[in-house]
Amino acid sequence: MHPIEFRQASWSEPLLFEYKGQRRGIQLPRLHPKIAREVGDPLKRIPSRILRENPPLIPGLSEIEVVKHFTRLSQMNYGVDTGVYPLGSCTMKYNPRVCEDLAHLPQVELLHPLQDEALVQGALELMYRLERWLCALTGMHRFTLQPAAGAQGELTGCLIMRAYFKYKGEEQRDEMLVPDSAHGTNPSSAAMCGFKVIELPSDESGCVSLKALKAALSERTAGLMLTNPNTLGLFEESILEIADLVHEAGGLLYYDGANLQGVMGKARPGDMGFDIVHLNLHKTFSTPHGGGGPGSGPVGVTQELEKFLPVPLVEFDGSKYYLDYDRPFSIGKVHGFYGNFSVLVKAFAYILLMGFKGLRRACEVAVVNTNYFAKKVREIKGFTIPFNPDKPRKHEVVVSAEQLLNETGVSAMDVAKRLMDFGLHPPTVYFPLIVKEPLMMEFTESATKEEIDAYLEALRKISEESYSEPQKVKSAPHSTSVRRVDDVRANHPRTLCLSYRMMMKKQLSL
Amino acid sequence: MEHHPYIPNASEAAIKRLLQEIGVASVDDLFSDIPRHLWIDDLPELPPPHTEYEAKKIVQELLSQNSFHPNLKLFLGGGVWLHYIPSVIWHLISRGEFLTSYTPYQAEISQGVLQAVFEYQSMICELTGMDVANASMYDWASALGEAALFATRVTKRKTFIIPKNIAPQRKRVLLTYTQPVGIAVKEVSYSRETGLMDLDDLTSKLDNETSAVYLENPSYLGPIEDRCEEIGKIAHSKGALFIVGVDPLSLALLKAPGDYGADVVIGEGQPLGLPPSFGGPLLGIFACKDDMKLVRQMPGRIVGLTTTKDGQRRAFTLALTTREQHIRRERATSNICTNETLCAIASAIYMALLGGEGLRELSKIILCHSHYAMKKLNSIPGVKAPLFSAPHFKDFTVKLEGAPTKEVYQLLLKKGIQPGILLTDNFPELGESLLLSVTELHTKDDIDLLAALMEEVLSKCTQ
Repeated sequence: MHPIEFRQASWSEPLLFEYKGQRRGIQLPRLHPKIAREVGDPLKRIPSRILRENPPLIPGLSEIEVVKHFTRLSQMNYGVDTGVYPLGSCTMKYNPRVCEDLAHLPQVELLHPLQDEALVQGALELMYRLERWLCALTGMHRFTLQPAAGAQGELTGCLIMRAYFKYKGEEQRDEMLVPDSAHGTNPSSAAMCGFKVIELPSDESGCVSLKALKAALSERTAGLMLTNPNTLGLFEESILEIADLVHEAGGLLYYDGANLQGVMGKARPGDMGFDIVHLNLHKTFSTPHGGGGPGSGPVGVTQELEKFLPVPLVEFDGSKYYLDYDRPFSIGKVHGFYGNFSVLVKAFAYILLMGFKGLRRACEVAVVNTNYFAKKVREIKGFTIPFNPDKPRKHEVVVSAEQLLNETGVSAMDVAKRLMDFGLHPPTVYFPLIVKEPLMMEFTESATKEEIDAYLEALRKISEESYSEPQKVKSAPHSTSVRRVDDVRANHPRTLCLSYRMMMKKQLSL
Repeated sequence: MEHHPYIPNASEAAIKRLLQEIGVASVDDLFSDIPRHLWIDDLPELPPPHTEYEAKKIVQELLSQNSFHPNLKLFLGGGVWLHYIPSVIWHLISRGEFLTSYTPYQAEISQGVLQAVFEYQSMICELTGMDVANASMYDWASALGEAALFATRVTKRKTFIIPKNIAPQRKRVLLTYTQPVGIAVKEVSYSRETGLMDLDDLTSKLDNETSAVYLENPSYLGPIEDRCEEIGKIAHSKGALFIVGVDPLSLALLKAPGDYGADVVIGEGQPLGLPPSFGGPLLGIFACKDDMKLVRQMPGRIVGLTTTKDGQRRAFTLALTTREQHIRRERATSNICTNETLCAIASAIYMALLGGEGLRELSKIILCHSHYAMKKLNSIPGVKAPLFSAPHFKDFTVKLEGAPTKEVYQLLLKKGIQPGILLTDNFPELGESLLLSVTELHTKDDIDLLAALMEEVLSKCTQ
């Protein structure tokens, strides 16, 4: 194993606004002389009080300048293509390029959402078939493909719960139970729908405390939002009992699919008793995350909840596919059209490439990779695995650097920053909230054994440094485009700078 | 399974080696905590694995049933528009360092995405006249939903005023976002003559419970509002916010909402370099003035410019994250995390290729094309184009006198033209009407063809 030497590109690339001059990176079409003659100057028809006097102050560059600028910026960024990326709960797996090619076809990109249904039969059939596959994989009855991201899927799920209880005349159910280990989006999505959030403490094993659950359930309970495996990477073994308890209390069980990777093709949320499921196609189904989207967060439900799904759903009448808006109990719409269609195409292609066997294998290898890492990382001084380290993890594992902090003053954040110096992307840090100094690691099926070994080697080195020369770790990173970033300055009201215009107005010298 | 292109450790031998190190006998041992009867062995509904060649063929064949512009002439807008997308955009956003990265939580290793998004935010501010723009919302519709929640957080009031001639799909999303939290939505009527907001009706609906007045400019049906400053003053007179929804391309010609009193600007960024993609991914714009009362309530990610701790270098990072769900949980300003970052970068590239002057020039070309189309159509007996007297940008409403629109629409479709969006269901008050859209992609020949066929079809329908 060789420690990797890494130095990220570090261009002092100016802002586009700092390029001088107004150039042009595209040839605009020439106005047809006949059109020019016929219409004259249409601007004259617009009252001057609503006209802009000068063009917007947006810099114009030639095409090659634009290419250089964004190529340089890309070189100061790190992706799955660059190296191992074990960001916990984000499932950063390889994104097959053939899926990109297919999503880039004109039959995908150039479709207008309001084209007549007869002209988009292929698109509708793709959505219809993808929905069936997602139903089969999760054990749900119907899916909406409309939510544009996981959090919007959660919002959709919570709205469905609300609609269901309204329909049943149980509008007093205004409490949403959320474990303390849950993703932050869960309580936030529930609150956006007007639910009161009740936090459930985890038990000493890191799972939902049945005692706390029983105490929290009441005739005011709307539901429980759960991710399984949970954010510690542990499968909630009492899931069937949890489902029974929630259902007996009249509530619904919501599955946060951010962690589906840990059971994909092995077990199904529908069989575990979940009533509503959201998936993150940009995690589990390999569509790229694009530096923060576009994603896709389809939501699946049981037969009983189908009527509340957003409109439209894609239906097939035996000869053609169509969009069904005639759904009187629907919660409405969460997206202007049908969701992130080109992302759906990528996920469709991915499932086709992998097949059931490939998806199942992806899950198995991700779990094997993570457990291999979990087994080895414990041998490194300063790092521990809280909550029964011998219990198998699924797709992710949370390592605590609490001991390291206590003994050397080096925090989980410092470790994360130092990892970058080895050309490695850090794990998710300071999450879940129930672990002190957490490093949440998720090695997907895309990692090789050699990469995991190199990651372990880097952690070993960082541990040694922490005990011998902690300042080296605390002052990291040293090899990235920029050294450690000043977050205080970034957020101070006097220096807060969120646009070029703000920088000019405040006369900040940055 | 032997080797797999995306799973380096897929082979039995590789797995066995790792299992030995872990100290378990089989893969199943790692799943032994899942109750046995929940295990699944096969799902026959799912496809078998396919080679890249096979998968490509299946998807291509499936999608070949789709028709698209310009093979088919589409005069469609209404929230997603047809514009030329320079090739270079796709090549740049397909660079793996952008494409395959996550949200830039670790700023030091993610300066590329952070700077690109900061540039996008800055350009949106220049277009809208705002000071702060976020990294993106999912689309215009969800930006509107979030804007209504935002207005209630800022003002503590629970009535949101919208124009009656709002896009139907946006209204549907707005109601989905507002109903559960008890925000009432009131509609202000519009003039059948000009197509513009009825200011008397606005004044009568506005009260001390109004959180915001929302204006779309140009409106969904096409007319450009010129009394924006007045509308803003009316809203502010009762302490309500003034929120404006825009097609950003129109702002190369029209006054920036920040210059006529808007507090918040939302809109659809798709016309700035994104393909229509059957309606997604799109790019929700959300921007506001530099007023901390507003900025602190903004939904979504915002990139800020700062320096390194040693003060030696400029650096970018996610700012004001204490508003967000991963820190504030149920008290967050929104649940949004994954947004449409790559689309925002695409639009920054687009805007840099055109520059402010190029955007203006393009918008003028669009204006000429749409006016040519209106003129041509209006010269056909039985056609009124545009229906409204106010000025227009690229979308306009066309009224057919004495002919059933649906029939005309179907006949034109058979001839390879989709003449816009049928308005008969959502705007029955307008009679037999269509919403058309014309951009730089619609050539003189396209428009002449539309007019000729429209005339031909109409003469058949009215015989």
